[in-house]
Amino acid sequence: MERNHQLLSQIATNDRHGENSPYFDGWKAYDNNPFHPTNNPDGVIQMGLAENQLSADLIVDWIKKHPEASICTPEGVHKFKDIASFQDYHGLPEFRQAIAKFMGRVRGGRVTFDPDRIVMGGGATGANELIMFCLADPGDAFLVPSPYYPAFYRDLGWRTGVQIVPVDCDSSNNFQITKAALEAAYDKARQDGINVKGLIVTNPSNPLGTTLDRETLKCLLSFINEKNIHIVCDEIYAATIFSSSNFISISEVVEEIVDCNRDLVHIVSSLSKDMGLPGFRVGIVYSYNDAVVNCGRKMSSFGLVSSQTQYLLASMLSDDEFVENFLAVSSKRIEKRHSVFTKGLEQIGISCLESNAGVYVWMNLRHLLQEQTNDGEMALWRVIINDVKLNVSPSSSFHCVEPGWFRVCFANMDDETLEVALKRIHAFVGERKERETLSAKTKCWKKNLRLSFSSRIFEEGIGSPIAMSPHSPLVRARN
Amino acid sequence: MTQPQTRDEQPTNPTRQKSTGMRLIVPLQGIVQGRGGLILGTLIPCALFYFFQLYTKRNRGNSSNTPSNPPSPSSSSPNLAELPRTSSRLSLFSRVGSSGPVSVSGRASLIARENDSPYYIGLEKVSKDPYDKERNPDGIIQLGLSENRLCFDLIEKWMVENVREAMVGRDGEHLSINGIAAYQPFDGLMELKVALAGFMSQVMRKVVSLDPSQIVLTAGATPAIEILCFCLADHGNAFLIPTPYYPGFDRDVRLRTGVELIPVHCRSADNFLLSVTALEQAYNQARKRGVRVRGILISNPSNPVGNILPRETLHNILVFAQEKNIHIICDEIFAGSVYRGEEFVSMPEILMEEFDKNRVHIIYGLSKDLCLPGFRVGVIYSYNKNVLALAKRLTRFSSISAPSQRLLISMLSDTKFIEEFIKTNKQRIQKLHHSFVDGLKQLGIQCIESSAGFYCWANMSELISSYGEKGELDLWDKLLNIAKVNVTPGSACHCIEPGWFRCCFTTLALEDIPVVMKRIRKVAETCKSLS
Repeated sequence: MERNHQLLSQIATNDRHGENSPYFDGWKAYDNNPFHPTNNPDGVIQMGLAENQLSADLIVDWIKKHPEASICTPEGVHKFKDIASFQDYHGLPEFRQAIAKFMGRVRGGRVTFDPDRIVMGGGATGANELIMFCLADPGDAFLVPSPYYPAFYRDLGWRTGVQIVPVDCDSSNNFQITKAALEAAYDKARQDGINVKGLIVTNPSNPLGTTLDRETLKCLLSFINEKNIHIVCDEIYAATIFSSSNFISISEVVEEIVDCNRDLVHIVSSLSKDMGLPGFRVGIVYSYNDAVVNCGRKMSSFGLVSSQTQYLLASMLSDDEFVENFLAVSSKRIEKRHSVFTKGLEQIGISCLESNAGVYVWMNLRHLLQEQTNDGEMALWRVIINDVKLNVSPSSSFHCVEPGWFRVCFANMDDETLEVALKRIHAFVGERKERETLSAKTKCWKKNLRLSFSSRIFEEGIGSPIAMSPHSPLVRARN
Repeated sequence: MTQPQTRDEQPTNPTRQKSTGMRLIVPLQGIVQGRGGLILGTLIPCALFYFFQLYTKRNRGNSSNTPSNPPSPSSSSPNLAELPRTSSRLSLFSRVGSSGPVSVSGRASLIARENDSPYYIGLEKVSKDPYDKERNPDGIIQLGLSENRLCFDLIEKWMVENVREAMVGRDGEHLSINGIAAYQPFDGLMELKVALAGFMSQVMRKVVSLDPSQIVLTAGATPAIEILCFCLADHGNAFLIPTPYYPGFDRDVRLRTGVELIPVHCRSADNFLLSVTALEQAYNQARKRGVRVRGILISNPSNPVGNILPRETLHNILVFAQEKNIHIICDEIFAGSVYRGEEFVSMPEILMEEFDKNRVHIIYGLSKDLCLPGFRVGVIYSYNKNVLALAKRLTRFSSISAPSQRLLISMLSDTKFIEEFIKTNKQRIQKLHHSFVDGLKQLGIQCIESSAGFYCWANMSELISSYGEKGELDLWDKLLNIAKVNVTPGSACHCIEPGWFRCCFTTLALEDIPVVMKRIRKVAETCKSLS
C-alpha cells in the first residue's frame, strides 16, 4: 500500500542494503540452480562465498570428545542454569580469555591480547558496524582501500550513515596501498568537505588474499597518527595464512612504534573464517581505546554471542594442544587447496595475484576481456555464470578500478567439486582458444575493438563474424 | 593545537575552576570599571588573564595525555563517573586533522558523559558481591534483575532425557557440522520459526495460531526492538511510551537509532494503566514541539508494574494508532508469566477484530518465558510485509547462534514438555509472588495488584525522607548498601510518582524471602523512625 511505504523509515526505502549489486546476481544464479555431484552435476558451483570448510572435521571431533563443553550433555548439564541465564554484555570471562589467547596464538604468540578489551559483536558483520557506531557520526567517512569486500558498503554505512571513500589500488604495484594514494584520497575528501574519521583495512585482504608487510603497516600507522584519524584493521582472515608464511598483525607493529597514539587503533576479529564457524556468530572488536571499549560493550547487547556458544568456545579455545594442531592443519590444507587450484589454472594460462592467505584467489582474466571496461568484465562474467556455471565474483563488485579480475573461492567445497570446477574452466578456455585460432586464420585484423560478445557464440559455434582474438598482439600489448 | 579557552567554556573540573576564576575575576571588576589606569587597567589584567589561561590549559593538558593508568579492568563499573581520565578527551572541540585529542562518535561521547542509571549501577554492584546462602550470606541479594531461575530443573531434566549429542536434540541426528557451523539464513532457521510460532501460540493460551512466515528471529529481544525502530522511524522521530517502563528501553531504543522516547505518564490512581486521554495529550504536545511521532511502544504484560492491559484499552490504543496513522510495537515478552486467572489478551487475539494490521508489530523472546536469556533468542512478529523484508535484512547484524537454534528446535517441538513447563512455571511464579507480596505487606509496604511478570511494584513512599526523586534515590541507596538488597527505583523507570520500587523475586528460593524481608525491615524501621 502506498500509505504503508510512507510509514516506514528512510533506511527502509534507501538502497544501502546494496543488494542491487551484481555480486548478488551470481548468488541468485546459484540459489536457482545449485550444483550437487549426484543430484545436479550441471548446476552452478558456488565459488563466490568465502567460507572455510576444510577443517570442520577437527572441530566435530573435538566436540564429540569433549561432551563436558556442552551444557546439554549429561557431563555438562550441571552448568546449564548458570550459562543459560548469563546475559552480561561483558561476556563470560573464560570466553574472553580464550579468545584473547586464540588471537595471540594466531599471531604466532608475538602479541598478547588483553581479555578486558574484547567486545562481542554479532559476527564480523555486527562487529564492523559496531566499531563504526563508536567512531563515526552520520555523514563522516572512512577511507577504504579498493578492491574491498562488497558488503562493507552495507555493513559500515547502512544504519550508521558512514560514507566510504575508496583508496584505489591497481595491479601496477600488485594492488599495494601506497602513502601517495592514501594522501590523495584523504586530501580530495577534505576538499569535498567530507570529514574523514578513519581508515579501514582488511589484512589479510579480501579479495586479494595478500597480507600487509611490516613497512606498509608502519606507514599506515604513521599516516593515521599524522592525520589523527582512526585505523580499523579487519583481521578476520588472519588464521587463513598459509603455513609457509607469517602473519603480521597491526597489534605487533603498534608495539614497535614509539609515539603511536593507541587510542586510534582497533581490530576486528571473528571465528567465521579462521575456524570455519560462521554459524556461531562470533564477532570481536578489540580496541586500545578505553572509551571505545566502554561504548562498544554497551552496544554489544545488540549482538551478544549466545552464552551456550561462549561456554563451548571457552573450552575449545583454551585447549592449547587442539588450537595449535588446528591452526597448523588448517593453514596447510588451505595452502594445499590454493596450490592445486592455482596450478590447475596456470596450465591453461590463467594467472592469479600472488597471495599467501585467504580462502580465495584473485584471478586475472583480463586477457579474456573483449574490452578493458566494466561492460567487458560484466559480459565475461555473465558467460562464466551462465555457461561455465561457476559463481565467481567480478572485480567491479569489489569496487576495483581495474576490470578483468575475479575472486574465486576454493575452500567451501570438497576436492572432487574443485576438480569439476577446474575442468569446466579448462573447457571454457580451450573452446575459446579453438575459436580464436580458427577466426585468426579466417579473419584479418580489426582495429575496432568494440565488439559485442554474447553467450550465443557457443551455440552458433565457430565462424561468427564478430569473434575477436583474445590472444592478438594488440590486446596483449594493452595488457 | 588546543583552542584558547574563553571564560565561558568550562574545563573538566568546573567547581574547582570556578572558585579559582572567581578569585581572579572579582578583583578585576574594579579594573574593568575603569579605575585602574595603564598598569592596573591593562597590563595587570592581561597578565592575570594569561596566567589564568596557562593554569587551565595545563589542567586540561594533563587530562588529554595518554593515560598512564592501565585500561579499565573487567570489573570496571558501568558507572561512568568512575571511568579513567580518558573520558575527558572525548570533548568535542577536536577537529578533523587536528593534533588535539582524538574524537570518537557523538554516541560514544554521550555514553562517556552520561551517568549510569541506578538500574545498571545496582546490577553492577551485585555482580561484585552476590548473595549466596552458603558461600556469601552477607552479599547483596539481587532483586533488580527480572530473571526467572525457578524452572531450570525442568529444562535440565529434559536435556538429560532427550539430548543425545552435544548441541543437537532428541531425534538422534548426527552432529552435522553444516547444521551448526555453516552460514544459516540470517533471520533464523525456518524450523525454529515454526517451533516458535507454536510456542507463542501456546503461551497466548492457544487463542490464535501464528504464522511462521511473519517471524523474523534476532539475537535477543534487545536487537529486535532496535531493528523495529530502524524500520519504523528516522533519527529525531519519537515513540510514545507509557511510564513506568523497563529502564533498558532508554538504551535499546535511543542509543544508535537517534529515536526519542516520549513518556506518557500513568498514575497509581489508575493502577498505572494507560489511558488514551494521556496518549492523546502526549501526542499533541509532541506535535507542538515539532517532533514527529512514529508510533507507540507498549509492554503487555507490563514491566515494571506487572499488570495486563484490558481488552478495551487495547482496542482503544489500536483505534488511536489508526487515527493518527502511526505504528504500535507491543512487547509481549512476559506473556507466558501470567499467573493469575485474569484474561491476558494478546495483540494477535485482538487483531482478529477488524483493524489495519499493517501497523502492528510484536516483540517476543525466550529470555523470560523459557528462562534462557543467555541464548539470545528474540522474535519480531509483524503483519507488515515491508517491515518483515527490511527486518530480515537487518538481522545480518544480530543473528541467533546456529547451535542454540538447533537445540531450541528440539526443545520447543516437544509440545508436551512445553505445556507442562508453562503450567509449572506459572504456578511457581505465583507462589513466590504471593509469599513476597505478603512479606512486604507485613512491613507495611503495599504493592500494585499485578497478574504477571517476575516482580512486584511496591509503594515505599512512606519510607522516603523527602517526597521526590532525591528521597527515592536515598532510600534506594540505603537498601543497596545497608540492607544489601538491590531493587530498581521508580525514577529509573521514569515513574512520575516517587517512592515506587520494582522488586524481582524469581531469582529467589522461597526460603530466601524471610531473609530479604528481615533486611528490608531494618532499613524500613530506620526510615520510619527518622520521619
